[in-house]
Amino acid sequence: MTSVLYDAPGPRAKRRNVILSVVFFILLALFLWWIWRAMDDKGQLKWALWEPFTTSQAWTTYLLPGLSNTLKAAALAMVIGLPLGALFGISRLSDHRWLRASAGTVVEFFRAIPVLLLMLFANEFYVRYTDVSSEQRPLYAVVTGLVLYNASVLAEIVRAGILSLPRGQSEAAMAIGLRKGQVMTNVLLPQAVTVMLPAIVSQLVVIVKDTALGGVMLGFTELLNSRSTLAANYANVIPSFIVVAVIYIVLNFILTSFASWLEGKLRRSKRSTGAVLGADDVDDINAGEVGGTAATDAGGTT
Amino acid sequence: MFDFLEGYDVLGAFWMTVKLTAVSAIGSLIWGTLLAAMRVSPVPLMRGFGTAYVNIVRNIPLTVIIVFASLGLADIFGVTMGASDNFDVQGFRLAVLGFVAYTAAFVCEAIRSGINTVPVGQAEAARAIGLSFSQVLRLIVLPQAFRSVIGPLANVLIALTKNTTVAAAIGVAEAATLMKTMIENEAQTLAIGAVFALGFVVLTLPTGLFLGWLSKRLAVKR
Repeated sequence: MTSVLYDAPGPRAKRRNVILSVVFFILLALFLWWIWRAMDDKGQLKWALWEPFTTSQAWTTYLLPGLSNTLKAAALAMVIGLPLGALFGISRLSDHRWLRASAGTVVEFFRAIPVLLLMLFANEFYVRYTDVSSEQRPLYAVVTGLVLYNASVLAEIVRAGILSLPRGQSEAAMAIGLRKGQVMTNVLLPQAVTVMLPAIVSQLVVIVKDTALGGVMLGFTELLNSRSTLAANYANVIPSFIVVAVIYIVLNFILTSFASWLEGKLRRSKRSTGAVLGADDVDDINAGEVGGTAATDAGGTT
Repeated sequence: MFDFLEGYDVLGAFWMTVKLTAVSAIGSLIWGTLLAAMRVSPVPLMRGFGTAYVNIVRNIPLTVIIVFASLGLADIFGVTMGASDNFDVQGFRLAVLGFVAYTAAFVCEAIRSGINTVPVGQAEAARAIGLSFSQVLRLIVLPQAFRSVIGPLANVLIALTKNTTVAAAIGVAEAATLMKTMIENEAQTLAIGAVFALGFVVLTLPTGLFLGWLSKRLAVKR
């Protein structure tokens, strides 16, 4: 196996690699042992602290309701954000300058602002100007913040998806006499949706992670917030953090794996044009590089 | 019109945001480069560690990491980052620790993708004319790799700038913390929201434009 950085190893390189492996293994083992000792010193390894997670009560009272709220907020944000994002993404490609410019301003503005500010603002907005009940308000605020941010990110994904289609697609459609709207709805959008699918699934990971903000800052009873109630009840801060982190990791790992499986499948499929928006493009778009090229280049590099 | 700003140190809060961003950016660049070096190294164990770290840390919400740094590391394990008497300094350092741990995973992926864009032929040609490993790395691979990752690294930096607001979760006195206090106490919700939104646009817009321009200028055309 060769890469840019190293050739197939000869006898000396093989020896060196073995030595490096051993040294790294020892360092890693020392580090893990040090963590283990620290946990033991603070009494965090006692079975009493971990036992609650083997009972159904901890799950049905705290973790599962929290998880379901996390998923509910994420699903709502996606379901509301996607059509809104599609609308803005298509508007950014409009032939009318005023529509293009105003959609562009809105999208770039909301991408440049931290989600937490949007959530805090939405929360206060609902307190002052609406009569949303105080139990429902955190959910509303979290979903509003997520929708505002993610709709603008999804708008960029939609735009990048449409731009990644070969020019010939719309040229052929116009040649047979379709109008602009028809080209978009009958030819470009259906293909763009396929191209974007992996990117949309990857964006779900970002949304799931961002729901945790609502738990700490707005008192939304999602997974992270349920963790603190659970820890207050069983006095097991460290174990509860570890269990909650594992839940997030497993959930997001499933989403990430599904996205990359989908990406691979779409790239290989005979019917596609070969253009796919993958997880890496989502990372670029999420940063909200204002006026940047990430979104327009995305997907073109297949 | 802007008299609601009186009595609040808005500039000070944004200065805290800038400091958090700058210190965390330097830290995550160092740790992320080390992780990237592990992920492309010929030693399988190091590659495995790098991959595991990136996949685990990327999938944990940053909020969980930051809250854990405060409630777990500081309160339970007594990790005070050398500032046990000063709660503000301690919060700042714990937040930086969390941001570095999280952002380094993204820096690592950016740098790794940069190394992957260098064609294998470049290194083969370099070895063929007799350059040693360190010469190949210093003269051929890294210059091309770094120039191609300025764009992705700029994205990581902008994302980090926005992510520093999460430090509000453990009470670091940065922009989001102040905004929360202000909208609770003052009547002009919309105006306050606009001021803080503008602050972040001012922070991220020039960074994005400058680094975007730089990455286009320095990109290796292939």
